Amino acid sequence: MVTVTEKIKVKSFSVTFDGEPALKNVNFSVKEKEILGIIGPANSGKTTFLRTLNRLNDLNPRYQHSGELLIDGKDIYQKWDLFELRKKIGMVFALPTPLPISIFDNLAYGPRRHGIGNRRQLREIVERSLKSAFLWDEVKDRLNESAMKLSGGQQQRLCIARTIALEPEVILFDEPCSGLDPISTAKIEEAMQEFKKRYTLVLVTNNTKQAARVSDRVAFFLMGELVEIDQTQKIFTVPKDKRTEGYVSGRYG
Amino acid sequence: MRFLNPKVEEKIVFLSLFLSTLVIVAPVILVIGIIVSRGLSVISWQFLTTMPRMGMRAGGIFPAIVGTVYLVGGTLLFALPVGIFSAIYLSEYSKRNWLTRLIELAIVNLAGVPSVVYGLFGLGLFVVFLRLGASILAGSLTLAVMVLPVIITASREALQSVPKSFREVSYSLGATRWQTIRHAVLPHALPGILTGTVLSISRAAGETAPILFTVAAFYLPRLPNSIFDQAMALPYHLYVLSTQVPNVRIELQYGTALVLVGLIVITNLFAAVIRSYFRVRKQW
Ligand SMILES: Nc1ncnc2c1ncn2[C@@H]1O[C@H](COP(=O)(O)OP(=O)(O)OP(=O)(O)O)[C@@H](O)[C@H]1O
Ligand SMILES: [Mg+2]
Repeated sequence: MVTVTEKIKVKSFSVTFDGEPALKNVNFSVKEKEILGIIGPANSGKTTFLRTLNRLNDLNPRYQHSGELLIDGKDIYQKWDLFELRKKIGMVFALPTPLPISIFDNLAYGPRRHGIGNRRQLREIVERSLKSAFLWDEVKDRLNESAMKLSGGQQQRLCIARTIALEPEVILFDEPCSGLDPISTAKIEEAMQEFKKRYTLVLVTNNTKQAARVSDRVAFFLMGELVEIDQTQKIFTVPKDKRTEGYVSGRYG
Repeated sequence: MRFLNPKVEEKIVFLSLFLSTLVIVAPVILVIGIIVSRGLSVISWQFLTTMPRMGMRAGGIFPAIVGTVYLVGGTLLFALPVGIFSAIYLSEYSKRNWLTRLIELAIVNLAGVPSVVYGLFGLGLFVVFLRLGASILAGSLTLAVMVLPVIITASREALQSVPKSFREVSYSLGATRWQTIRHAVLPHALPGILTGTVLSISRAAGETAPILFTVAAFYLPRLPNSIFDQAMALPYHLYVLSTQVPNVRIELQYGTALVLVGLIVITNLFAAVIRSYFRVRKQW
C-alpha cells in the first residue's frame, strides 16, 4: 500500500467565538495534492475552519481554540512562523478582493512583502501566475490598469493568481464561485485541476454539484461538527450518515 | 391619517431643505462679498510685499503674511506626523479596552476646548515652563496641540473607512502588521487624512487666541530671524488694526481680512482638489 503524506492534520480541534462553539472536536486530515471539498449548510463552521488554517482568525479577539492543527506535521500555533505559514497557505475569499491598485501591483503584492524587489523577477512571477489562473490573455495588455476595472470573474481569477504568485503549498478556497457565472466558474474549476498537480487544495462550497465535480474527497460539516469525510463518489452515492444523505440529496440545509 | 398628497409633501420637503441651505450659505456669501468689495481696492503687489509704515496706517502687511505662513508650516510639521502616528496606533494597534475608550473620549472632548484655553496652555507650557519665550516655535507648538485632536479624529476615520478585506488580503499573503498598514491601508486612507489635516490647519491659521500670548508681535518692522523670534500674524494684525490703532483706514482692515480669507480659501481649495483627485481613483 502506498502511503500518502498528510499535508494537514486536525486533531480534536474546537473553536469558540465568545464562548459560542463554531467547531466542535473535529478530527480529520487532508492529503498532499488532493482536492478536499467541504460542504455543509450555513453556519456549519466551514469558513471558520479555513480562516483557522492560515491563522486569520487570530485577528479576531473573540476567537479561541483548543486541540491541535498540524501542517507538514508541525503545529501551526507552536512550530510555524506566522508569516511563513500564511505565505505557504494561500487563501481565496468568497467575494473577489482585488486591492484598488494596478493588476501588476496586486500580483506583486505578496512577493514584494517577502523581499522580491527586482522588476524583471516580478514580471516573470506576474506572468506565470496570471497564466496559471487562465487570466493572462485577457489582461496582458493592461497590467498597469486598476484591478477594479476587471469583471467579477476576472477579479476572482486575479485573486487566485495573486495567491499563486507566492508559490504556496496549500490553497484554501472559500466559495470562490458563489457570485460568478457558469463560464467563469468553469475556468476556475479547470484551473483547480491544474493546481492539484502542484498544490493541496481545500475547497469550501455551497454548491454540492461543484464539490462532486471537483473534489477527490468530500467532508460534510454540520453545526460545527464533521459529520462525515470520504471519497467523493461514496459521499454522493453511499453516505454512511443519514444527515449527509439528507444534505446531498437536497432534502435539507 | 394622511392629509398631504405626496406631491405637495415632496415640494414642502424640497423647499425646507433648500431654504435651510440658503440660510447657511447666504451669510457666508454676504460676509465674503463685503470683505471683497471693501478690501479689494487696497490689494496690490506692494500691499502684499512691503513692510507696514506710519504705525501700520500705511504700507503693506508682508511680515504678517510671512508670520502666518511660518506658523502654518510649523504647525503642519509638528501636528501631521504626531497626528497620523497616534491615529495609526489607536486605530490599528491598540486593543479596544476602557483605557483606549477613555483616550478616544478625551480626544473628542479636546477638539471642543476653546482656543483661548490652548493659548493659555501654550503660554504656561511652551513660553514659560520650557522657556521658549514668545516665539514661532512656541506658537506653532500651541497651534499643533490645538489641531491634533481634529487631525487624529479625521485620520482615524479615514483609516477605519479602509475596508477590512484589504487588511485580510494583506495578512493572508503573509504580510506583517506594519507592512499591511504601510501598503494596504495607509495609501487608501491618505487622501482622507490629508484633507482633514489641511482643513484643520487652515482653521488654525485664522485663530488669534492661541497665538496671542505665544508668538504674536504687535508690530515688528522686520521679518523674524529664527524660530525663536516673535512674528506678526494675519489674524492678530487684523485685530490690532481694528481695535488697537486709532485712525486706520477701513480699507486697510478689509484688505487684511481679504488676504486672510483668501489664504484660507486657497488652502481649502487645495484640500478639495486632493479629495476630488483621489475620489476619481477610489473605487471601492
Ligand atoms: N468573526 C466572527 N465572530 C464571531 N462569530 C463568528 C465569526 N465568524 C464566524 N462566527 C460564528 O461561527 C459559526 C460558523 O460560521 P462560519 O462562517 O464558519 O459558517 P459557514 O459554514 O462558513 O457558513 P456559510 O455557508 O454561511 O458561509 C457561526 O455561528 C458564526 O456566528
Ligand atoms: Mg462561509
